[in-house]
Amino acid sequence: MTKGKVTGVVGNLVTVEVNGPVGQNEICYILLGTTKLMAEVIKIIGNIAYAQVYESTRGLKVGTEVEFTGHMLEVELGPGLLSKNFDGLESDLDKKEGVFLKRGEYTDPLDKENKFTFNPIAKVGDTVKASDWLGSVKEGWVDHKIMVPFKLEGKYTVKSIVAAGDYGIYDTIAVLADDKGNEEKVTMTQKWPVKKAIKNYKEKPRPSKIMETGVRVIDIFNPMAEGGTGFIPGPFGCGKTVLQHAISKNAEADIIIFAACGERANEVVEIFTEFPELVDPRTGRKLMERTLIICNTSNMPVAAREASVYTAMTIGEYYRQMGLKVLLLADSTSRWAQALREMSNRLEELPGQDAFPMDLTSIISSFYSRAGMVYLNNGNTGSVTFIGTVSPAGGNLKEPVTESTKKAARCFYALQQARADSKRYPAVDPIDSYSKYLEYPEMQEYFKNNISDKWVDLVLDAKNWVLRGKETKDQIDILGDDGVPVDYHIVFWKAELIDFILMQQDAFDAIDSITPLKRQKYMLELVMEVCGIDFKFEAFEEVAPYFKELINTFKQMNYSEFPSENFDKYEKQVREFVDSRRVK
Amino acid sequence: MQGTAFQKIYTKINKITKATCTLTAEGIGNEELAFVDGKPAQVVKLEGNEVTLQVFQGTEGIATNAEVVFTGKPPVLKVSEDLAGRFFNAYGDPIDGGPAIEGEEREIGGPSVNPVRRKQPSELIKTGIAGIDMNNTLVTGQKIPFFADPDQPYNQVMANVALRAEADKIILGGMGLSNDDYLYFKQLFDNAGALDKIISFINTTDDPSVERLLVPDMALTAAEYFAVDKNEKVLVLLTDMTLYADALAIVSNKMDQIPSKDSMPGSLYSDLAKIYEKAVQFPAGGSITIIAVTTLNGGDITHAIPDNTGYITEGQLFLRKDTDVNKVIVDPFRSLSRLKQLVIGKKTREDHPQVMNTAVRLYNDASNAKTKRDNGFDLSDYDERCIQFASDYSVKLLAIDVNIDVDEMLDTTWDLFGKYFKPTEVSIKQNLMDKYWKGN
Repeated sequence: MTKGKVTGVVGNLVTVEVNGPVGQNEICYILLGTTKLMAEVIKIIGNIAYAQVYESTRGLKVGTEVEFTGHMLEVELGPGLLSKNFDGLESDLDKKEGVFLKRGEYTDPLDKENKFTFNPIAKVGDTVKASDWLGSVKEGWVDHKIMVPFKLEGKYTVKSIVAAGDYGIYDTIAVLADDKGNEEKVTMTQKWPVKKAIKNYKEKPRPSKIMETGVRVIDIFNPMAEGGTGFIPGPFGCGKTVLQHAISKNAEADIIIFAACGERANEVVEIFTEFPELVDPRTGRKLMERTLIICNTSNMPVAAREASVYTAMTIGEYYRQMGLKVLLLADSTSRWAQALREMSNRLEELPGQDAFPMDLTSIISSFYSRAGMVYLNNGNTGSVTFIGTVSPAGGNLKEPVTESTKKAARCFYALQQARADSKRYPAVDPIDSYSKYLEYPEMQEYFKNNISDKWVDLVLDAKNWVLRGKETKDQIDILGDDGVPVDYHIVFWKAELIDFILMQQDAFDAIDSITPLKRQKYMLELVMEVCGIDFKFEAFEEVAPYFKELINTFKQMNYSEFPSENFDKYEKQVREFVDSRRVK
Repeated sequence: MQGTAFQKIYTKINKITKATCTLTAEGIGNEELAFVDGKPAQVVKLEGNEVTLQVFQGTEGIATNAEVVFTGKPPVLKVSEDLAGRFFNAYGDPIDGGPAIEGEEREIGGPSVNPVRRKQPSELIKTGIAGIDMNNTLVTGQKIPFFADPDQPYNQVMANVALRAEADKIILGGMGLSNDDYLYFKQLFDNAGALDKIISFINTTDDPSVERLLVPDMALTAAEYFAVDKNEKVLVLLTDMTLYADALAIVSNKMDQIPSKDSMPGSLYSDLAKIYEKAVQFPAGGSITIIAVTTLNGGDITHAIPDNTGYITEGQLFLRKDTDVNKVIVDPFRSLSRLKQLVIGKKTREDHPQVMNTAVRLYNDASNAKTKRDNGFDLSDYDERCIQFASDYSVKLLAIDVNIDVDEMLDTTWDLFGKYFKPTEVSIKQNLMDKYWKGN
């Protein structure tokens, strides 16, 4: 292997003089005393390699020896990843000793001693290729497929495969042979470079199914598709993280991967603390059993922050290849972009807008394009749905990360300061936000067959009310309460009804925080029925108090179990109250 | 802190800029502490045998033949119980005339806490200020800044919070503190009889600005000693972080780095996060809570410093003069404590979350009504009642001179609800209304 010596240090960028061939993005280790610091080559000029160190470079001296590994940053994939907490380089955080993180301590992602009960799927003599299922083990409740390593190219024949039984993760469970008779031993684990997409599937069609999140403003107004992409930009304090946590708690996914990328440590601690207690409303199991956390908080080394989103995506693709629905959440992709900026700056590259690297847009879009629903080679489907948050500087959406992401993601959940200030949570802007999936014919077909044939019309109608509400509000603000017809007030308050009852949701209320699609349908239909009614008011002063009371009763419905006596009681109240003002 | 025997002394500097000097030396470690002509300096760049040093006090008067001594280690702080009650400069040397501290040397700016070894913060910090305790409850292990214009009394409020917070140790990191403010803190702590639990690291406006880059790390190294080794509850006060960030910008500019937004270095977010993320609740009971001050320019929070700070800290506290009642209040709209959810309604009374939200919503209705009035429109009866509620709420609860218990804050708010509103207008969950509603 190639070796080298450190010739310079500035921040976490080191220059290394090498004595042999070295590859772009190759991983090397800097031998600082008894510790090894991992670094990635990001530029090469002649025999000088520039490497970003995934650790603090304090005390590093010129002349320190460097060992190259010959491969890019890889993660280990196999049964036992779920429920774990990793850092950006896939070190198991729970295996690290002491309260403080020690530099150069890399721990195994998988538990070496673990044994799993293996059930073969493939038979001796079968022809297989990369990613085909050889067998499966139970990882908790997940059918974890043991696959032909993704790195193998071409066709192989199964020469032997073990019988059902308990095996260690590094035991050989199958032997494959290529057409020349070269043999490959397969264990339950394999490695894959994080910056390369796993592409062993038949095709990646357009998304055609809704990914239910339990968040009304998303499911009803801006639906996310299974295998879709979306992003949540918003100034600080608008509830990006709360919204993402709400999605992760309720989403209809088999696996949730949470990449905490350059954000607050206490937010991750919240997941560590709450998820083992919270129950997945769909399966009745603990949320932690389907969750995996990649955690590179803001005070952890910057370069590893960039790696963390790729690590998360690669693990997501791995589970997708088993035919599972994976939801990947990254908070926040702006921190990742900032890590890119810091490095580009140290490399003295010519900067683009706001000193971000020029290729920011292409880096972001190629990352988002790794999401999607796929048909695997065996006909099954699997998907990675990706939702990232963006933290725009100063809350201004005209900044490079937001703009680049807008080009790549199909759903846009803009969080608005004004809504957050008036505590209208989730503060998703009802007018600027969009989901392109609502326009997909495939998706419309799905809504028609699975929810109701009027669903899309009803949603568009509700959106239109909200827009009209805003327009009339502008008129009222200009002309005054008594300067406009009473009807204007009614339109405005109908829009408020939609806002308060359907768009706003209490993320901290046990019942309101989770709204299954069936309940959303019921509420949307009821609210829209009320919006369609003609009300009779003598003067504008009567409108606001009436609707406030109506909204209050509707809210009690949202806080009640569905279905329940209480719920019916409040619905009855709503109906009676509506009838009292209905134009006969 | 000068060099010991056998240390090599360099006497040839190749390059001098305003903040840095470069010389040829071997075997030097990155971030190592050195002395140039007796002035403290730190290694910031190694390129072959060329070593670039950042001289904290500036390079004025340094000649090319100045003596350069390397200490072989990064900046350290000596820690022991003796730190309590003492005042230090940015290098951790006493400035109160007392003896030097004997104790274990700790590298400053040490490693981060493993996230899985943290405990979720869950202990309420009582300040008596309703604008904080009721609307923006603080929790041990939290990090939160005051966002305030320079003319607002943030240091006074912060000092009050510190003294009421029942912390085992209070560590003050003063950056660019005016001498008057420094003496204010000193006297206040002295008068409160709390001096023995206070440790101060002070860089005043008289001191070189780049020196203040060491202050937060010094303060937090001391904090970690008390929180980890002694399991104490430590409150760290950092004022003013804007001046800290300005010093960062000066250094990065001198190092020829490409500035990003507002002439700040591209690494500002990570630099600030390294400091603020030292706030932590340890499972063994010790904790570090950070209350900082970020001064604003004309209330502009989109500037890179408050903006990046807001993304790192767990909320922010805004002070504002309420001209209707002529009092400084904790602004209920722009202030936020992200960790309040962990304690309100759990460590405090069950009605706390809803009462808080409702009061803020009604206060918001009042401000809409005021806008309406200012634009010359007639106000409805509801608008009038909102405005009356708002001024009562401002005086009795939001003002920074309030000092009452949380239950009393909630009771007072229920009184106001009952006085001005109908049950349907407050729109609170029925079971809470049944229990606490005081109106008709």
